[in-house]
Formats: sequence, structure tokens, C-alpha cells
Amino acid sequence: MTAAAVHSWLRRPWLARILIVVVLFVLWEIAAVWWVDPMFLSPPSRVFMSLKAVFDTRGVPAALRITFFELAIAFALSVAIGLAIGLAVGLRPFARQSFMPIILLLYGMPQITILPLFILYFGIGPASKIAFGVSHGVFPIIVTIIAGVQNIKPILLVSARSMGASRWQLFRHVVFPHMIPSFFSGMRLGMTGVLLGVLLAELYVSTAGIGYFTTLFTQNFDPTRLLGLIAVLAAMAIVLNEIVRRAEVHFSRWHTD
Amino acid sequence: MRSSDQRRNARIASRSVQVAFLLILIVLWFLATTRWRVSPLLLPNPVLVLRDFWEILRTGEFLGDLRVTLTELAFAFLISASSGVVVGYLISRSQYRIRVFEPLFAGIYAVPIILFLPLYVLFFGLGPASKIALGATISFFPIALSTIAGFGHVEKVLVTAARAMGASEYQLFRFVLLPAALPVILTGLRMGFTVALLAIIGSETIASLAGLGHRIVHLAESMEMAPMFAYIAFVVAIAAILNTLVSALEARGKRP
Repeated sequence: MTAAAVHSWLRRPWLARILIVVVLFVLWEIAAVWWVDPMFLSPPSRVFMSLKAVFDTRGVPAALRITFFELAIAFALSVAIGLAIGLAVGLRPFARQSFMPIILLLYGMPQITILPLFILYFGIGPASKIAFGVSHGVFPIIVTIIAGVQNIKPILLVSARSMGASRWQLFRHVVFPHMIPSFFSGMRLGMTGVLLGVLLAELYVSTAGIGYFTTLFTQNFDPTRLLGLIAVLAAMAIVLNEIVRRAEVHFSRWHTD
Repeated sequence: MRSSDQRRNARIASRSVQVAFLLILIVLWFLATTRWRVSPLLLPNPVLVLRDFWEILRTGEFLGDLRVTLTELAFAFLISASSGVVVGYLISRSQYRIRVFEPLFAGIYAVPIILFLPLYVLFFGLGPASKIALGATISFFPIALSTIAGFGHVEKVLVTAARAMGASEYQLFRFVLLPAALPVILTGLRMGFTVALLAIIGSETIASLAGLGHRIVHLAESMEMAPMFAYIAFVVAIAAILNTLVSALEARGKRP
């Protein structure tokens, strides 16, 4: 390889990206080993090596499983409810005009303020976390679905109707295909919301689930296991986000204008 | 003018639907607490909540918590706005750096950063520092990303034309790049402000010693439902006022 080839190879953005991440990890390792009190920060190598210890902590695998289950249920419920409300409101101009401001008002509200209420009403178990996740996930889905069906060109609806399409045919062949891109971007935003809602509620409840262990590891000054647990949860979030993002890219390809 | 009449009627009709919806909600709430005997430990009487709300405003007992929350917000936003705009600008100066950093930032932004809160509590304690750190971290990304987008996608023709007419580096920045990028940056700053506010109230709710989020949790734990609802209404109102203010500033800044 000539020098120029090496140079152009090094100019690839993804390579530089990986290098930056690696450098950050090395800096973290150096800082944790030499400078920072081990009560507060562990080097990434130790965190990685003791991932097994995190899973061996009694109750942690169960808490992670329950969190995953809460995320899945909350996401499914958000999609179902969001789709139903989004279509019911979005397909009728009058309903859209009346209810859209109310939906946007609720969406804009800082829902974190009512988190203690969710715990009071639904207890400290999975129900409250699922409900809080749905309250975060459902609004972006409703709003994107309404925006999606609103953007269907009226001429398509009029011409389908004038060619004698029934209500169902109109939905199946005109509304539905046009809804797909916004449906999947709604799902992506909904997933972001569900992750936020469920994790907020999990962290808030410090007597059970993930919140119990984060509080425990913090109070015991055990950064190794705390970082391990956070890393596992972050990986879970990244994988779930990536799945819906891929789905969005895949399903919105047909419609690029 | 038939169609404008129809449109006006439709607008009045949908307004009345909105008002009716809210009224029905309040009436149901009132009936639930008086007629149907829902426990006041779950749902306090709206009249009591209203009374407590006025009480909070009248006595000014909210001032201490409000000051804590607003101070945290101010510091967090100051840190994220300055670092986000500077970092974003430096990255936007070369296409290569944009291609390296933009996906990196977008990827990190997709992770729920609230997960770092226990870590920040470990580093910075339960006081305001951990809230400021979390708020600054969360709001850094939308600000940096929109600054990159704003400066990075200025039309080439404008830059070339300004250069051809002999603009200095400073003139190029002041009269071409900045005006073109400003609307996008302002949007990013507004988004950053909103998420910083949410992050700070959220982290106060989860683990803190003072602040509005802490006050709500404290009232919830002592089962004082009417003042708790009043405080929720108060925080929602504060958030609405702040967001309206920031949106107005954004709109004013975007005006040429």
C-alpha cells in the first residue's frame, strides 16, 4: 500500500468514528486506574469482566427480564392504542380539528410530574411501569399517524371514490399504503417514548426492579456493577431502537418523494 | 361568502367540542369524588385542589423549590448551549468531521440518557450538581446536532459568491453563515431547553433533596393528595410558561 492509499483509507468516517470511541474508552480506563477514586469509577475493562457478577447478583436477571417484558407490552399497547386513536381522529376532518389541539396539549405536558400518581394507582409492580411507558409512547404515535393520513393527497381519495371504491377499499388501497411511512416513523418515536417512560418509572421505584439495584449499587459505592447494569440496559435500548429504525428505513423506501 | 361562513361554523363547532370535552372531564372528576365516593387518597376533590393551588400561589411557599429547579435549569442550559454551539460549529467546518461526528452524536442521542442518572448521583451526589449534569448532557445533543445541521448545510453557492466578492472570514461568518444557520440553531436551542427542563424535573423526581419534582414526590409519599395535585398543576403551568417564552424568543430570533 502506498502512503496515499493508507491516507485515504484512514479518511473513512466510520474508521475515525471507531477510533474516537476506542480513544474515549482508553482515556476512561487510564482515568479510572490512575486518577479517580475506585469508589466512584471503575475502568471499562473491570466493568466488562464483571458483567457476569452483575448477572449473578440475586434478582438482577429477573429485574432485567421484567423490564424487557414491560417494554414489549408497553410498546405493543402504545402502537395499538395510538393506531386506533390516530385513525379515528385523523380520518375525520371535524374530529381532527376538534381533538388535535387536545392531543397536542397532552403530548406537550411534562408527564414526569404525574409519575408518582401512576405508582399510587398501579402499584410498584410492572403495571405502573407499563402504564407510564404507554403514556409516553402513545402520543408521538397518534400525532404521526394523524399527520400521515392528513398528508394523503385529496385527489387520490376523490379519484378512488369517483371510481367507485368502497370505504374498505379506500382504506386498504389508498389510506393504508400512504400511512405506512408515517406509521413506522411513529413507531420509532413511540419506542423512544416507551423506553423513556418505562426506564423513568423503573428508576423511580427504588424498592423493586431496576431502581432497587441502581440505588443499592450507588449506596454501596459499587460503580463496577452499577456501570455493568447501566450498560446492559443501554444495550437493550439500543437494540430495540435499532429494530424499529431498520423497520422504518425498510418500509418507507417505496415512497420517496 | 358561503365557504368562509361554513369554515367559521366548523371552527366554532370544534371549539365547543374542545370546551365540552374539558368540562365533562372536570364534572366527571367532581362527581367521582363526591357522588361515587372514590377514595380521597386516590383522587382529591377538585375544589380542594383549586383551594390548595391558590394557597400555594398566595403564600409563595413554592419559591424555594422553584428557585432550586430554575437555578439547575439555568446552569444546565448555559453549559449545554455554549458547549453544544461551539462543538457543533467546530464540527461543521469540514464535511469530513460532519460525516464522522453526526452519526456518533445521533447514535448517543437515541440512547435514553436518563439511564446515566444513578451514575451522576454517584459522582455528584444527590444535590443540584447531578441534575445540572444530567440536564446538560441530555440537552447537549439536540443543540450540537442542530448547530451542525445549521452551519453544515449552508448553500455552497452563497459561500462561493461571498468569497468571490471578496468577503473576509469574519464577514463570511457574520453575513452568510450565521444568518443561514441561525433558524436551525434556535430550533435546536428550544428543543434543548425543553428536554433540559424535563430531565431536571425527572431527576428531581427520582433522586433529590429539593426542587419542584422533589416536592411532588414528597407530597405523594405523605399521601397529601390535594396539595400534590395542586403542585402538579403548578409545575405544568410553569413548564407551559417557560416553553411559551422560549418559543416566542425563537420566533423573534428567526425574524430577519
